[in-house]
Amino acid sequence: MRLAGLIMMAGLLTAHAFAAEIAPGERRSGYSFMTPDTRAMQDVDTANPGMLWVLDGEKLWNRKAGAADKACADCHNDARASMKGVAARYPAFDKALGRPVDLEQRINLCRVNHQQATPLKYESRDLLALSAFVAQQSRGVAIENGDPQLEPFVAKGREQFMQRQGQLNLGCTNCHDDNWDKRLAVRTNTRS
Amino acid sequence: MPSALINVPAKAKRGDVIEIKTLMSHIMETGYRHTASGEVVPRDIITNFVCRYNGNEIFRTDLFPAIAANPFITFFTTATESGKFEFEWIGDNGFSETASASITVE
Repeated sequence: MRLAGLIMMAGLLTAHAFAAEIAPGERRSGYSFMTPDTRAMQDVDTANPGMLWVLDGEKLWNRKAGAADKACADCHNDARASMKGVAARYPAFDKALGRPVDLEQRINLCRVNHQQATPLKYESRDLLALSAFVAQQSRGVAIENGDPQLEPFVAKGREQFMQRQGQLNLGCTNCHDDNWDKRLAVRTNTRS
Repeated sequence: MPSALINVPAKAKRGDVIEIKTLMSHIMETGYRHTASGEVVPRDIITNFVCRYNGNEIFRTDLFPAIAANPFITFFTTATESGKFEFEWIGDNGFSETASASITVE
């Protein structure tokens, strides 16, 4: 079954030798690829386990940390107002570092520079909780991109996205652009 | 700092069958897993869940190692009177959490 899928995929890849980006009008949310069960779970906040991290993040937002003994809320006040739309702008260009930072890196920069606390480990429960809580405040806000300072980094990312590599000699684009509505073996190739 | 999410309708007509949904934050470590060095990761699960409606027990369940992290428990009951649902989760290592939700029955 898996082998058959791979063979089918290989056939598709030769048929689309040249990678083409998906037109903006044809792009679909990752939500549209979910099964009805998963959608039902995500539709209701009290059934969505992700909301547990949002609740934990809210507690962390108000908890003092580090040598400065400050909580996020001591500078940013109520996240519902101050963080509205913020996550939709990330990754954003950081002038001091001269490169883009993602939301998690921004939270850790704040921890180190302003709270004088140790940075949270990437993918740790606390960092996931804080970023989920901050991102929650941008619910329904369209993602912004177009900061000219990000352009060289976006170009480099595009280059890597197109680059074929690995044992299967596939680039990201070969599945996520050329065959984005199909499957690689049992997995869906969402474009999200 | 465990969190719980509770979904109880705020209002119901007397005699209505209502659905109650609860989601509790918990790792539900089975006790069957080993670390890279071969040591058993000790069991840490929720073992009991109870729901009381104005003090009367209306739902109880035991939980076991095969139940996934963040247990999502839903059940139905008949709305008989206005009042309070109290929820209690008890588990290993002295885990004990409570939550409550109110309902108005017309």
